[in-house]
Amino acid sequence: MNKNEVFIKLPDRPPPSSTVGIIAWTQKNLFSSTTNTLTTILFFYLIYLYIPPFFDWAIFNANFSGSDRSICDANKAGACWTFIKVRFDQLLFGLYFASNPDQIWRPVVALSVFVLILIPLVIEKTPHKKWLLIFLLTIYPIIFIILVYGGYFGIPISNTTQWGGFLLTFALAFVGIVLALPIGIILALGRRSEMPIIRALSVTYIEFWRGTPLITILFMASVMLPLFFPSGVEFDKVVRAMIGITLFQSAYTAEAVRGGLQAIDKGQSEASMALGMGYWQRNVFIILPQALKISIPSIVNTFIALFKDTSLVSIIGLLDLLNMSQTASRSLDWNGYDIEGYLFAGFIFWACCYGMSSYSQKLERKLDTEGRTE
Amino acid sequence: MSKTKIPFYRNPKIRSLFVQFFVLSLVSFLILSIYQTTVSNLIERGIQTSTSFFDDVAPFKIGFSPFLDFDLGKTTYIEVFYIGILNTILIAILGIIASTILGFIVGIVRLSPNWLASKCALVYIEVFRNVPLLLQIMFWNFAVFLATLPPPKKSIEFGFLYLNSRGLHTPIPYVEDELRFNFWIFILLMTVVGCIFLSKWAKKSFEHTGVKRPVFFYNFLIFTILATLSYLALGGPLEFDIPVLGKFNFKGGGQLPLPLFSLWFALTIYTSAFIAENVRAGISSVSTGQLEAANSIGLNRTQTINMIVIPQAMRVIIPPTISQFLNLTKNSSLAVAVGYEEIVAVWAGISLNQTGQAVIIIAMTIIVYECMSLFTSFILNMYNRKVQITER
Amino acid sequence: MTSASASKKSTKNEISPIITINKLNKWYGKFHVLKDIDLEVNKTEKIVICGPSGSGKSTLIRCINRLEVHQEGSIIVDGTELTDDVKQINEIRSDVGMVFQHFNLFPHLTVLENCTLAPIWVRKKSKLEADEMAMELLTKVKIPDQAKKYPGQLSGGQQQRVAIARALCMQPRVMLFDEPTSALDPEMIKEVLETMIELAESGMTMLVVTHEMGFANKVADRVIFMDEGQIVEQNDPKNFFNNPKSDRTKLFLSQILNH
Ligand SMILES: Nc1ncnc2c1ncn2[C@@H]1O[C@H](COP(=O)(O)OP(=O)(O)OP(=O)(O)O)[C@@H](O)[C@H]1O
Ligand SMILES: [Mg+2]
Repeated sequence: MNKNEVFIKLPDRPPPSSTVGIIAWTQKNLFSSTTNTLTTILFFYLIYLYIPPFFDWAIFNANFSGSDRSICDANKAGACWTFIKVRFDQLLFGLYFASNPDQIWRPVVALSVFVLILIPLVIEKTPHKKWLLIFLLTIYPIIFIILVYGGYFGIPISNTTQWGGFLLTFALAFVGIVLALPIGIILALGRRSEMPIIRALSVTYIEFWRGTPLITILFMASVMLPLFFPSGVEFDKVVRAMIGITLFQSAYTAEAVRGGLQAIDKGQSEASMALGMGYWQRNVFIILPQALKISIPSIVNTFIALFKDTSLVSIIGLLDLLNMSQTASRSLDWNGYDIEGYLFAGFIFWACCYGMSSYSQKLERKLDTEGRTE
Repeated sequence: MSKTKIPFYRNPKIRSLFVQFFVLSLVSFLILSIYQTTVSNLIERGIQTSTSFFDDVAPFKIGFSPFLDFDLGKTTYIEVFYIGILNTILIAILGIIASTILGFIVGIVRLSPNWLASKCALVYIEVFRNVPLLLQIMFWNFAVFLATLPPPKKSIEFGFLYLNSRGLHTPIPYVEDELRFNFWIFILLMTVVGCIFLSKWAKKSFEHTGVKRPVFFYNFLIFTILATLSYLALGGPLEFDIPVLGKFNFKGGGQLPLPLFSLWFALTIYTSAFIAENVRAGISSVSTGQLEAANSIGLNRTQTINMIVIPQAMRVIIPPTISQFLNLTKNSSLAVAVGYEEIVAVWAGISLNQTGQAVIIIAMTIIVYECMSLFTSFILNMYNRKVQITER
Repeated sequence: MTSASASKKSTKNEISPIITINKLNKWYGKFHVLKDIDLEVNKTEKIVICGPSGSGKSTLIRCINRLEVHQEGSIIVDGTELTDDVKQINEIRSDVGMVFQHFNLFPHLTVLENCTLAPIWVRKKSKLEADEMAMELLTKVKIPDQAKKYPGQLSGGQQQRVAIARALCMQPRVMLFDEPTSALDPEMIKEVLETMIELAESGMTMLVVTHEMGFANKVADRVIFMDEGQIVEQNDPKNFFNNPKSDRTKLFLSQILNH
């Protein structure tokens, strides 16, 4: 018999210095070949060409002080953020709240409550997320209406026609999202139903709304909706837009939910059938909770699309964030500073949408890895 | 086992029939009552819904109608409708071509091994797809182009293209002499046929002998040379009308009015961000295993890209990109904001205001879009079926 | 300790080495995966590499056709050293066939096209010639009737045999196998192993990463045991299995043989 040799582990050595560290990284990612180096130079030049002048204009030379256009008119080399500062309340909360500063706490509180609920919802480890979400979708709208619309507890009424700015954008999107969710779920179930008539009706509804651009739907809502109801029933423009948006959004939500339903293994349905559950029990307790969880990323993606699309109401004359910035920058006081207006509105839209899309991408990756390990 | 008689209301078939019947009646009732209220509302307001206004003369001017001649005082509403559709198709085609090219470029740059380039593409994608399209259209049109483009006298020149605050002026080809032009087209067709034969022959010879010829290059060469020679020989059967600066504006040539140009610009940038993301996702979907396998059998980089990566990536890229084309077409309706005269602007906008025929006009607009959407699903289904056949 | 027993075989056969690996070191970032690997592979030699998961077996054979780039040491394949020269890399790759754990067939090409792609575009053969040779090899791996199908329509075992045929179509001088059977069901393992045994009998030089000890016993000229990025022990199969020298090897063998 051989004597046992003992396996001697060689010590780990650090890699050759030429392959790690910042220099190696730079060489690999920026200068690995002639083309790569040329690309780096080209893009560096492009950045050099546009970025420093932009920052000069937007920050270093920009005007922040003062309360009228004289300062901006004196210094044309920089952006006129004074305009945004002066019109800030109007851009965010609309004309009613801008002209009644004592009431401005109402939208501020309403939006803060929303953010306070949203933060724990986005954080991964929060317990009882489901209840928070249900609170957000059911109780919160009531709080919002009481606070922003008023009429109860001695809070003066601010009519929806007077809503404007970011507040209106938020309200339109939120209403669309909240109301479209239940309709969308029912439509998604309908589209996967075994009853041919139900299926046909759901498909027709979904494809009809998905086939038309929102702007025609908004036109329809503003000119035809009054015709659909007996005379005497009147909606103001904002409510009409909300109805149009909800009908439109429910079709997209339905498709997002359907994607989730399709991903659920057929075995789940069969197993619950084997336990003697009926159609609604099966769906409410077993299928939908799983399907909705899977479809959250796609549902969030439809939110993003809707949030951007709410800006179309400015075409039918509502003063949402976009239209408000445009109107403000065309007023005599600030005529000529429309770039600042667009950039401000664009930045707010961008921040909301980018936030949502990062969240949905994170969730998607998480669902992906979970799916693999489970 | 004893067979008890099931009460009819527990029979699943009867239940299902009942539910369907119930829902159908509910929906029918809803539609019917809406219909009746609408009719009575219309009567009350004294609006007579009919298509008789189609043949009335439209009392407004349409500035841009490159395909149908517009005559103020002669053109009827139904012709306005057609002009709107044609203008929608025009912006759709322009936008689809430009956003596909730009989208593929950005998507490929996104995957570049160069860190800086890849990050720049990422910023492009994340900025432009997360800002509302309407805002972008207005921004480019009102804040950038209208505000900064020079008047016609000081147009920015790119060769024979002139850009100014009225739009983009381009040369347009026109036929000098019908006979010579047709003859030239005939020669071009024959050349194409010849090139096809050459390719066929080259393919066959390649299969038999393994000799590869740069057929594409040959064909390109042959076509260009023959086209140029015959063009010269026929004394230029196709002339170009080049825009020339007159006293105040350009004369001759074609013009993309500024609203169309801004809309095209914004739609292209917005849609290209989405297409770029599709392209990135499609190319990344080709697994590293595929690349390793291609490398391990000795294919070089170009061969791997052409024969392994592109065919597989295209299957992932094409379906969502076709949907983006439809989105672009629907989004072109935002033209109302800047005044480009496509279907929503001239039909659901001006014509509706002029005639008050809301029901018919909105219905026709919706039908136009529904047709485009059906057409897109048809193409998508066809594509998916074809891919399924070759895969399984 | 590492290369001591390897010399026995080469002196006996008196054949020049087709692969020579010298003091090979590789890092993934800061992680030292391969440490001072020395290995010579002779023509027609069959080598089985085994070792626990993460020991660097895949990394080692992937370095041989430069799917991974090493940082130190040298690899010489058929007289040419692996460098950054793209042309040389492609030449070496077309001489070294590789079979992957997950087959990596091209899903958009038929079985036949999978096999003829490289002969046509790299070896510049005519299509007819390539088709003929591919059919011959597909017959050898016993699936000539599947030639017109797409990979997605085949079973795992069939796909792996196509992958072997695809590699063979390039008439390689060395074949590398990275756990070719570990993604397969037992029955399919058998059909793939049979194909590999036949290939071994035809005189191909083979480096096989596998845990199929039966296969190692039957065809290997040499079994190499790796751990922690090092070659712990190498020997002919009889001695390797019956008289393992190192503690580490014993432990490994007892673990896999008891399963
Ligand atoms: N691309 C990579 N980047 C970083 N680390 C890697 C990479 N590939 C492999 N590794 C690490 O290198 C080590 C060796 O990997 P390798 O795949 O060679 O192991 P193996 O012996 O083939 O294992 P297995 O039997 O599981 O296939 C592992 O610890 C692995 O985590
Ligand atoms: Mg491995």
